[in-house]
Amino acid sequence: MLDGFSAEILARFQFAFTVSFHIIFPSFSIGLASYLAVLNGLWMRTRDETYLTLFNYWKKIFAVAFGMGVVSGIVMSYQFGTNWSVFSDKAGPVVGPLMAYEVLSAFFLEAGFLGIMLFGRERVGEKLHMFATAMVAFGTLMSATWILSVNSWMQTPAGYSINEVGQFVPKDWWQIVFNPSFPYRLAHMVLAAFLTTALVVGAVGALHLLRDKADKEARRMFSMAMWMAVIVTPIQIFAGHEHGLNTLELQPVKIMAMEGHYESHPEGWAPLYLFGIPNDEEQRLDYAIGIPGLGNIIFEKPLDKAVMGLDTIPDDEQPPVGIVFWSFRVMVGLGMLMLGLGLWSAWARWWGHLYDAPWLHRACIAMGPSGFVAVLAGWITTEVGRQPYTVYGLLRTSDSLAPVDAPAVAASLIAFIVVYFAVFGAGTFYLLRMMNKRAATQKLGLRDGPIRTAGITPVPGE
Amino acid sequence: MVFDLAFIWAGLIAFAVLTYVVLDGFDLGIGILFPFGKSEADRDLMMNSVAPVWDGNETWLVLGGGGLFAVFPLAYAIVMPALYMPITLMLLALVFRGVSFEYRWRAERKGLWDVAFFGGSFVAALCQGIALGALVQGIEIEGRAYAGGWFDWLTPFSILTGFAVVVGYALLGATWLILKTTGDIQVQMRGYAWWLGAATLGTIGIVSIFTPFQDPIYFERWFNLPGSLWSMIVPVLMITLTWTFFTGLNDQSDLRPFLSALGFFVVSFIGIGISFYPMMVPPSLTIWEVAAPDSSLAFALVGAVILIPIILAYTAYAYWVFRGKMDPSEGYH
Repeated sequence: MLDGFSAEILARFQFAFTVSFHIIFPSFSIGLASYLAVLNGLWMRTRDETYLTLFNYWKKIFAVAFGMGVVSGIVMSYQFGTNWSVFSDKAGPVVGPLMAYEVLSAFFLEAGFLGIMLFGRERVGEKLHMFATAMVAFGTLMSATWILSVNSWMQTPAGYSINEVGQFVPKDWWQIVFNPSFPYRLAHMVLAAFLTTALVVGAVGALHLLRDKADKEARRMFSMAMWMAVIVTPIQIFAGHEHGLNTLELQPVKIMAMEGHYESHPEGWAPLYLFGIPNDEEQRLDYAIGIPGLGNIIFEKPLDKAVMGLDTIPDDEQPPVGIVFWSFRVMVGLGMLMLGLGLWSAWARWWGHLYDAPWLHRACIAMGPSGFVAVLAGWITTEVGRQPYTVYGLLRTSDSLAPVDAPAVAASLIAFIVVYFAVFGAGTFYLLRMMNKRAATQKLGLRDGPIRTAGITPVPGE
Repeated sequence: MVFDLAFIWAGLIAFAVLTYVVLDGFDLGIGILFPFGKSEADRDLMMNSVAPVWDGNETWLVLGGGGLFAVFPLAYAIVMPALYMPITLMLLALVFRGVSFEYRWRAERKGLWDVAFFGGSFVAALCQGIALGALVQGIEIEGRAYAGGWFDWLTPFSILTGFAVVVGYALLGATWLILKTTGDIQVQMRGYAWWLGAATLGTIGIVSIFTPFQDPIYFERWFNLPGSLWSMIVPVLMITLTWTFFTGLNDQSDLRPFLSALGFFVVSFIGIGISFYPMMVPPSLTIWEVAAPDSSLAFALVGAVILIPIILAYTAYAYWVFRGKMDPSEGYH
């Protein structure tokens, strides 16, 4: 079935596949963990039952999503070794300890307190339960911090030297952890996770408002989500822009691919292409529609300043432009739609019909999954855009590969594809089915789950 | 350098792996015993007895892998491709098993996830045992890379160690349930524990007999007087534990069989350590040859020294919160 593909391309596809599936769950659980902490905090402060009901509802959804994140994450921690062992040997001394910190400071924290958050309110009391909930949220953020430091180091390596066997050796941990692209990437990703979660919560709220605009839990969650959309989207667009400028400085080739700039503009007045079909063979953008000069403005450069293109870069150092160009446009386009949605909700709120705006609610449902798509598109942009390197400019992807045979990689790839679609497909189905029920529903599953709402006596035989 | 950082880290990784085996062993064991649960309610109880803690238990496996990557990157880079198939299978098995904890309560056909929970636990345990056996047998290396084929791990010895781990984990699961339950299910598990205990000790015995012949160095460790007198502590401890295990079962003790079964694993682990040391990738690479530079080891050690005690503290707290016998009607509110 996959005959004729090299071990390298299969291993790359396998990593892309497993990491793309994986990132979906953390993008949701990072945001949702913080949302749960906020809901629980508000419940303790106000004693408004609506918050508690919402907490118990989203907690069950969180448990399923988090479980999927854990099992797909364990796979990642071994993929480096099974398929990319040369990378592991060479970059391990630098990125390995950062990942060890992630395990020690984040994974254990999440896993250790998750049980108490899910099952333990009655056993430990409200205060300790709140503490456990906060620790889970803090753990998800710590995890994001460390893994983005690792990824950023691979994009913009700093603080290292290279030893006699070709390994990257740490020289300055401060420079390694806080490498030049890390703060931008971290801000952009954490905001993305919050926004993704807000859009999901908003969509669920909208769904139930369409059915019953008096549903008080739906009103509460919809309102909270729309506040997030209107406040966080502009911040995210700003953070994304700053991240882009940072990339322009440190990985200019990636920006050339994102913008479709095959050609140089030595006199300045570089266009911003709105549309075009990248043609790597001919090294040009076919059917291009661009606005002259806007390229310079976006790059915050004077209009007459030169903007260089891919014609100054050797072919074997260029990423595949088509993927990068389009995934970037998908991300930005969705970002603009999110901004529009946020403003629409602000308008509806101002006029007092936030809960009675069926078209806004329908738009929210349509935009429910858009955060995940934008996150994936963003990661595709940054990861494909830094090809052909794993450690940017220093270690090529083709030189990072493990000495495994193509049939072994092909077999495991097929297994991952089949298993992931089956298992995570089922999980997504269960999640959607839970979301389809009102927050006040006591039983989200067909049977009462291991996480029962307090005060409900289980019926024997259920 | 006053401290031998590579040595300290080898100890810490060994500790992480042992902690993983001790903790996840019983919850994988619950999965292996799952088909023997007599009713829906019994299976609910079995799963709920580990539901709040399984996730933390499995994190030790991530620490084992992530820690190896961090401090012994060369060992990680050689061992993972060598054990490509069993590791990949184990990961996929853990996917099935891990999601079952939640899916089981959300699906119409819960039987499907009962099977996934059993199959995932069984295959994960089997693959861990196979990986161990393959490592004991040694890994072919050329330069800084694995040089063998992709089926080298499959030998009669590795299959034997695979089944040894399955049986051993099932024993841990049964004794955990003796500790956590009452009534019929406890009686049932106590009955299983007799057989599983005998089978575990039997397979440990067979593996122990064959291990010294896998590598002359192992042989020397165990049969070269007077140095090997120290190694004799292992069989002595094992005999003691066997006695506490069976008398514990006989006395209807709740805790002793579980602790003794954990003891079997700890002592076996020490035995493997005696065979291996100072090798990290038998038969050719020592812990110092595969270690990352001291700057990596020292940086990671600061985190480990501060965080591992904290992790152990809150892990212990989580176990304490969910201590005592399972109440079937409570089902963890």
